[in-house]
This record gives sequence, C-alpha cells and structure tokens, in this order.
Amino acid sequence: MKILVGVKRVIDYNVRVQLKSDGSGVETNGVKMSVNPFDEIAIEEALRIRESGVEAEIIAVSIGTKDAQQQLRTALAMGADRAVLLETDSEVQSLDAAKALLSIAQKEEVDLVLVGKQAIDDDANQTGQMLAALWGRPQATFTSELTIADGKAKSLREVDAGLELIEVDLPALITVDLRLNEPRFVKMPDIMKAKRKPLDTIAFADLGISESPKLETVAYEPPPVRQAGAKVADVPALIAALKDKGVL
Amino acid sequence: MTDQNEIERDVMEYDVCVVGAGPAGLAFAIRLKQLNPEQMICVLEKGSELGMHSLSGAVLEPAAMDELLPEWRDAKLPIKVEAKDDKFFFLTKKKAIRFPNPPQMNNHGNYIISLGGLVKWLGEQAEALEIDVFPGFSGKEALIEDGKVVGVRCGDMGVNADGTPGSAFAPGVDIRAKLTVMGEGCRGSMSKQLIKRFELDKDKSPQTYGLGFKELWKVPAGRVTPGSIQHTVGWPVDTKTYGGSFLYHLDEDRVYIGYVVGLDYQDPNFVPFEAFQQFKHHPKIKALLEGGEILSSGARTIIEGGFQSLPKMEMPGALLIGCAAGTLNVPKIKGIHMALRSGMFAAKHFHEKQSSEGFDKVFRESIAGQELKKVRNIRPGFNKGFWFGMMNAALETITFGKLPWTIKNHSDHDALKKLSDNATPERPYVERDLPPRDRLASVYFAATEHDESQPAHLKVADTNICATTCAEEYGNPCTKFCPANVYEMIDDGNGGKKLQINAANCVHCKACDIKDPYEIITWTTPEGGSGPNYQNL
Repeated sequence: MKILVGVKRVIDYNVRVQLKSDGSGVETNGVKMSVNPFDEIAIEEALRIRESGVEAEIIAVSIGTKDAQQQLRTALAMGADRAVLLETDSEVQSLDAAKALLSIAQKEEVDLVLVGKQAIDDDANQTGQMLAALWGRPQATFTSELTIADGKAKSLREVDAGLELIEVDLPALITVDLRLNEPRFVKMPDIMKAKRKPLDTIAFADLGISESPKLETVAYEPPPVRQAGAKVADVPALIAALKDKGVL
Repeated sequence: MTDQNEIERDVMEYDVCVVGAGPAGLAFAIRLKQLNPEQMICVLEKGSELGMHSLSGAVLEPAAMDELLPEWRDAKLPIKVEAKDDKFFFLTKKKAIRFPNPPQMNNHGNYIISLGGLVKWLGEQAEALEIDVFPGFSGKEALIEDGKVVGVRCGDMGVNADGTPGSAFAPGVDIRAKLTVMGEGCRGSMSKQLIKRFELDKDKSPQTYGLGFKELWKVPAGRVTPGSIQHTVGWPVDTKTYGGSFLYHLDEDRVYIGYVVGLDYQDPNFVPFEAFQQFKHHPKIKALLEGGEILSSGARTIIEGGFQSLPKMEMPGALLIGCAAGTLNVPKIKGIHMALRSGMFAAKHFHEKQSSEGFDKVFRESIAGQELKKVRNIRPGFNKGFWFGMMNAALETITFGKLPWTIKNHSDHDALKKLSDNATPERPYVERDLPPRDRLASVYFAATEHDESQPAHLKVADTNICATTCAEEYGNPCTKFCPANVYEMIDDGNGGKKLQINAANCVHCKACDIKDPYEIITWTTPEGGSGPNYQNL
C-alpha cells in the first residue's frame, strides 16, 4: 500500500512566539522551526504500519518554502521512503492545503493519508477533514489507536463521552492525536541515508489550484499581559475585594 | 543501569570528528574542507539546532571572518549592526562617571551580532561544503585506545530516569576518526575529561572563569541608537568582585544587555543573577529599559584565564580549540575572532601534518596566541581588587604586555570564603520592578527544555554534605550562583533539608561544575537536543 503523510513546518513548540515589529505577522527570523509534532506522530504511525508487516511505501509531503526541505529530510531520516515539496512562498490556507495534498494523493493513488489532527501554528484543525471531503473518502479524526487490516482501518477516537471505535474502508484519511504513539529518535546513520533519498519539488503554482485565500487576517496582537495578583490581609478584605470586582 | 559494554552501537567512520558546532568547530571544519575537499568531516552539536546554545555579547572583530568566508559581509544575519561609539563608565549606586575607553575596547570597524545567528549561517556554509553537521547529538565521551583519542561516543537517547533503556531507546553512535577536535566551548564536559586524562594543564596556571548573563530587550521607540556600545564597571559589585556590564544598541528598538561576574568571587552569599538585575535598575540603565519587554535571555560561563591558563592544545589524536581550550581575550571581552582563528590554524596544521602533534606551539606563536600573550597580566591584576587592577591594566597596556612577568591565576572553586569569615559586604540593593522577577522567570525566556524522564545530567557525587558540611560552611552556594535555579535545598520531611536538582531548568552554563567549593558537581551532557533554545543571543 501507499501511505501519504503530511509534514508541516511550524515554529518549534519551545519557542516564545513574538510578533514582528511592524505587527504584520509572527516573527520567524532567527526562530527555530520543526516538524509539527502531530505530523511527527503521523510519520511514526506510518512507519509502524510498515514495520507491522504491511508492505508500504511512505511518501512525506510538505507545502511551503524551500526551507521546508529540512522537515522533509527529518521525515526521511525517520524512515519515509521519499518526499515531495509543494513549493510556494505565499501563505497557504487549510482549503488550498487540502486541495494540494489531495492532488498528490490522487496522482500517487495512495491508500491512506495520515496527517496530524492540527498544526500547532494556526491550530485550524481543518485540512484533514477538508481533504477527505474533497476526496470523497471516509475519514477518522483524532485517532489514538489504529489498526490496518483487510482493506479497512480501525480507529479508536477520543471523544467527549469517552472512546469511540470506528471502522473505515480504505482509501481513507486519518488524523492522529497525541496519544497514538511516541515518535522515535532519528539515528545518525539514517540522517546520512536520508540525504540520498528522493525529494521532489513541485511548484505549488503548477498544481492548478487557484490561490485565493478565503480568510483575510485583519490584525495580529499579542495576548494581554496577565496582571499581577494582590495580597489581602484577611478574609473580610478578600470578600470586599471580590465584591469590588463584582465577583460576589 | 544500562551496561555500556553490552549495547550494540552503530559505528561511523570519518577523517575528522568535531565536537561542538560553535565558531571554533565550524571554522575548523570549513577551513579544512577548503584546503582539502576530500576530507570527510562531521560536526556534533548537542543543541537541538545550530546556534541554540550559543551565547555571546557579541561584538565581532571581523578580520577572521573575512579570511574564512569573505561573503559573510553580504549574508543575511538576524542581527548585524555596525559598531559606532564606545563609552565606558564607572557606576556608583546613583551616578555614572565616564572613564576613558580602554584601548582594547575600541570597536571601530566591528559589528554587533548574535553569535547564534552567525553560527547558524556558518553551519549552512559547512553543509554546502558537504560537511555532515549533526545538531541534536551530544558527544558523551572520548574513545581512547592505546593512549590515543580515536573518536567519540555519542550520548544515548531515550534512557529512563533510572538509567534503564526506555521504549524509544536509541544507543549513541560511535564515531571513529583520525582526528577528534574539541570545540565544546568554555568548560566542555569531554574537554574536561581529556585535560585531566592527558594532563594538559600540567605546569599551567589554574583556569579561571566568569559567569555571563544576557538579555535581548525590545524597548519603547526612540530610545535606541543603533551601534552604540557601552560598558560599565563598579556598582552593584564591590571592589573585591570582578564584574561589569555590556549594553549594545541594535536596530528595531532592540538592545542587548548583559553582565559578567568573575567566578573567583569570595562571598558565598553573593548571587550573580541578582547583581545583573540590580545593574539593570541603575538610573542610567533603567530609563532605557522601562516599559520594554524581554525577547530572550540566557547565561553562560566564559574563560578568563588567558594565556597562562591555556592548557596544552594537543594530545594524541585530538585537539582543543576555541574556549574548550580557553582562547578568549578578556581585556577585549571578545572570544569569537579567537575561536575562529584557533579553528582555522588547527585546520591548517592538520592539513599539513596529518597529526595533532605540534599544534600547541603553532597556536602560541600565531598572531592569535601572541594577541593573548600580550594581555595576559590584565585580568589577574584584578585579583588584588578593582583599583589595583585598573592601574595594572593601564601599565600593561602602555608597555604592550612586554613586562617580564606573568601574574598567576587562581582557581575559582577554592576562592569562596567560609560563612564564618564574614565575607559578605553590605549590599544596598534596590527593590526591583523590571522583569524578570526571578531566575525561574528568566529561564522561561531561555526556552530551555529537557525531557524530564531522563536521568539528571548534573551529577552530585555526595549529596550528604549538602545539608551538613556545605550548609554550615558555605550556606549552599550552588543555590545562589546557578542562574537557572537548578539547585534547591528543600524540606526532607524529617525536619531537615535535602538537595533537589531541577535538571530540566539547566541552561548549560557550567557554573556549578566550576564554582562548587567541594568540586563534587559534574556537568554531563543530557540527551541530545536538550537545553536552551536561544533566539538571537
């Protein structure tokens, strides 16, 4: 089977996100970038499917600037077979990302698309669902346990009421949740091997997707600064303070 | 515990293995590849990415970069501001008295940069030359066979806190190389092992260090004069303590502000972090920062021993370069150009001789070695107090370091006086209101991260003395000098105290390894990729 894994380049989760000085967006100059942690879990799951005995080719796909090659190399070093970069310098919103990934899924005739449930930069949680809908194939989102057998995928999902087990026919789209697995450490010899694995670049513009952003960003603002707390002397003072704030 | 001998490890072979992707290591790798493109070189870096553990002032003297990669001048570095005017002040609690600029501190033609940014760019150039750069991999120990360094063992990944292999365990690779180059920076953990093993510090003056703090601030518009450089001495440290500040104005309303304290300070109650924060509240400084915000911060020890403390820089199969040896020029307060040069000289030497032998002499006689020799007596002059140090510095400067003596350094770990000696001077500190509130708040701006399921990488050989001998004699100075609040004495549940090591806070400065009076703290490398994630420091 063929597995497509989405790999998004995002600001690393350790970074304190800051606004650009002109307020036009988020500062990425000199900032550490990484594979979206949920996508890393998706890569790991694809590898585990292959290691469980299923014959599988794993294709890592990213959308973004040339710099996203770095994240694709990480996916290759983890064990993906090849990678495709859909290169663009513009911002790509969820719907266009879904269309772009779909074009590769269809071209490659993949049996499974694995993506993170969301990316930690815009937290949109849309691309997977949109892709499945456009593709006309089943989807299993927020998967925390996955088994593939007999042309079907069984997904255990974390939902509000507890756990839900669903079964979907392949080809299908799966979005993965945090508890699905623990991604492996990349090994040094595998980094060397990854340098020789194929990494194709396709211009995003050549995919025939009209880059018409549906959302317009009006402004960026940092969250309000948390106000320092105050100490009160005794209980009556506390009650008075709470009344003062209209809480009581 | 994992039996180190029973683990099956991958072995990789290189001509040269460089430990540490800082300016020294990368300059070495790049220069060697320029001289001989056939050389197979790898560079290990414990930081999660290049530049993440690099912290320096930093004013760069550009000549060495011009020699290594002249195109650096057109490179798009995240921070690069031409140095403009220099000012030098002596501070009292309320006033700032202008002193003449020490000639070593003339910065005309220099650039204010982020060392992390420069290192990242150097790494890209190295990769373009087909040097294998491995961020996220730490060098754990040197492989030594028949008295010769034959390579490096990388740290294991995915080890549980009790030392057993975890579910994602990945054993560290053994890298075998004809030459191993230590570019770990100040007080490198493997360099320390090698200096001891090969007695490289024999007949040398003890090494001495400083602890530097640095913050990147964004301040309200209109206060910054890009390129303006200011250094201070004096308040808030007393004249027995060596310490001073730097303040570099950048573009986009940003400034670098930092403070360096000599780790040979004597008072066990002294808190270097507090001295830095107090300095920021001097009326001359506070006015600049007030209303601004911190973008990032960090701390790192620096070498202050200079020429007489420089260990032998060669041993069979390996070299020490940059501040892993200790090439920083203290009066200039600059180390980057020296690190670059030491790396370049080492590359040239290895290219010509195919051996580490003879490099120590080559370096000492080089322009870099001579630069260091000339200023050798300035820093140790301050051991006799601030005013003696200033006069001695002037004398050494006007005689170009040609006076026929060399003042010895002393080691830092035995500089502390005991509590019973009443060495704590009065410190009329002000109440602070600028951020960060405390050391924990400061660590937040260092974006430091360690997977807490790994074993603590700070090894304290005997924790029993913490609550007894040390508490009594020195009052647990580790809880005071650590810039990241790693060491805490907490309630042991039996009415006593015990040491708690918050290893996850560590910013890899190495101060504990240096200053602990009993020499029982050993800094080791944690899992690769752990540690601070400095942005533009």
